[in-house]
Amino acid sequence: MKKKYSIKSLIKNSLSDNENWGKMWRNPNPKKHYDVIIVGGGGHGLGTAYYLAKHHGVKNIAVIEKGWLGSGNTGRNTTIIRSNYLWDESANLYDHAVKLWENLSEDLNYNMMFSQRGVLNLAHNEHDIKEIKRRVSANRLNGLDTMWLDKNEVKDLVPIMNTDNLRYPVLGAAYQPRGGVARHDAVAWGYAMRADELGVDIIQNCEVKGIKTDNYKVEGVETTKGFIKSSKIGVVASGHTSVLAATAGVRLPLQSRPLQALVSEPIKPVINTVVMSNAVHAYVSQSDKGELVIGAGTDGYNSFTQRGGYDVIEETVRAIVELYPIFGKMKMLRQWGGIVDICPDASPIISKCDVEGLYFNCGWGTGGFKATPGSANVFAHTIAKDEPHKINAPFALSRFSDGRLIDEHGAAAVAH
Amino acid sequence: MILIKCPYCGERDQSEFSNGGEAHVIRPKNPGSLSDKDWGEYVFYRNNPKGIFYERWVHSHGCKKWFNAVRNTSTDQILRVYKVNEKRPDLSDFKNTLKSPSGEPLVGSGNFAVKK
Repeated sequence: MKKKYSIKSLIKNSLSDNENWGKMWRNPNPKKHYDVIIVGGGGHGLGTAYYLAKHHGVKNIAVIEKGWLGSGNTGRNTTIIRSNYLWDESANLYDHAVKLWENLSEDLNYNMMFSQRGVLNLAHNEHDIKEIKRRVSANRLNGLDTMWLDKNEVKDLVPIMNTDNLRYPVLGAAYQPRGGVARHDAVAWGYAMRADELGVDIIQNCEVKGIKTDNYKVEGVETTKGFIKSSKIGVVASGHTSVLAATAGVRLPLQSRPLQALVSEPIKPVINTVVMSNAVHAYVSQSDKGELVIGAGTDGYNSFTQRGGYDVIEETVRAIVELYPIFGKMKMLRQWGGIVDICPDASPIISKCDVEGLYFNCGWGTGGFKATPGSANVFAHTIAKDEPHKINAPFALSRFSDGRLIDEHGAAAVAH
Repeated sequence: MILIKCPYCGERDQSEFSNGGEAHVIRPKNPGSLSDKDWGEYVFYRNNPKGIFYERWVHSHGCKKWFNAVRNTSTDQILRVYKVNEKRPDLSDFKNTLKSPSGEPLVGSGNFAVKK
């Protein structure tokens, strides 16, 4: 049954103490066979299932998730959305996502709390200024709304920022007004609910233990709930993608590392945009609850521990306190880590591989959340048509042998 | 936060060290005759196992010497530290604590240091 959310349903359910909202999706037992299996129930995976069902008419789809929906990096990121990437290929991909974000609440009839509050990338030295101005120009050639702001304009936007009295003074910034934040759980839940309505089986608490292949062709997945047959399998498992690929005999150029984030106690609104700084490694935004959402860096070594080292947080917090002295005495409430899969060129892989029927959407590294709808959209196309959409064609696995890398190390908000 | 036993200086905090990625990667003897695919494999592809991993470390804020380690990437427990000229320990020397390839270790992900 299609669930409509509106002011009417809100009033009606509030009269019964919000006890009768009902389940947002079914909890089916896996069937023996599916036309397409998506491994990974995060935003990218659920979105892929949704677009496969909605745009490509695929009827028999399953999403298999090891934990609960959005329990991986979809629920662990700092929710920042922007598309100010340097190269044409990336600008196309990430802006495809931003354009979908802009209508996603309406498309899914579910509030994404998408707030286009703008994103700032600070410059702290002469080299930063040159690099950022180059990126602003490249963005503008690609039709993106990025602009250069001088120090005073930055100060106007973020009055609490200490721009002068610190080791690396703030000299200016790139600003993308269409950037912003969204609620990360809502993305997973919205896609899950609408995919479920279109007949997608969402199977939670079911770990895929291996991908079975025969003569370079997929046969299905071995799971904790038994073997499930399928001739098309899309793997969207972020940090664990290379582990799953290995069970099918596929090697991927990925390295998995913990990436941390932390939130503070809630305070009154003090910062109404997103501020990132690559040079001093700090980024911060304020959630609707009033918590400061702070992203730290990756650990310097491969790990699957979903925790991360304390020295990494210390470095970030040190920079935050210098940049915003007003935060000096605040308490941090929570800290966590997610396992990100990093590609050698810091760009994702959305691609087929040598095994027929096996597709990968991975390598998003430290910045996959912003791309969720765009990534899901082109990945669904890739699986349905067995060939990439023109937007994700450059993000093929073959770029690591033909040398057409898309080097976006500089586009990361902070150096990882 | 993990402690690493530098074979030259002894046990120190991990923040004194830098990681050098997978150990025992050998540069192909005949780069000129390799296909693009094989050369790409050598340049860009590294193992990324959940579990036993052979890796290189350098004591950057100490003796500045390189050495190798065997670490369980699912718990961050360092199982063996050995010098660069020493033989690579055999995989069968180590016990894998994972029940399935992508599963979690028995003591819980990342809780090794706390729950030992």
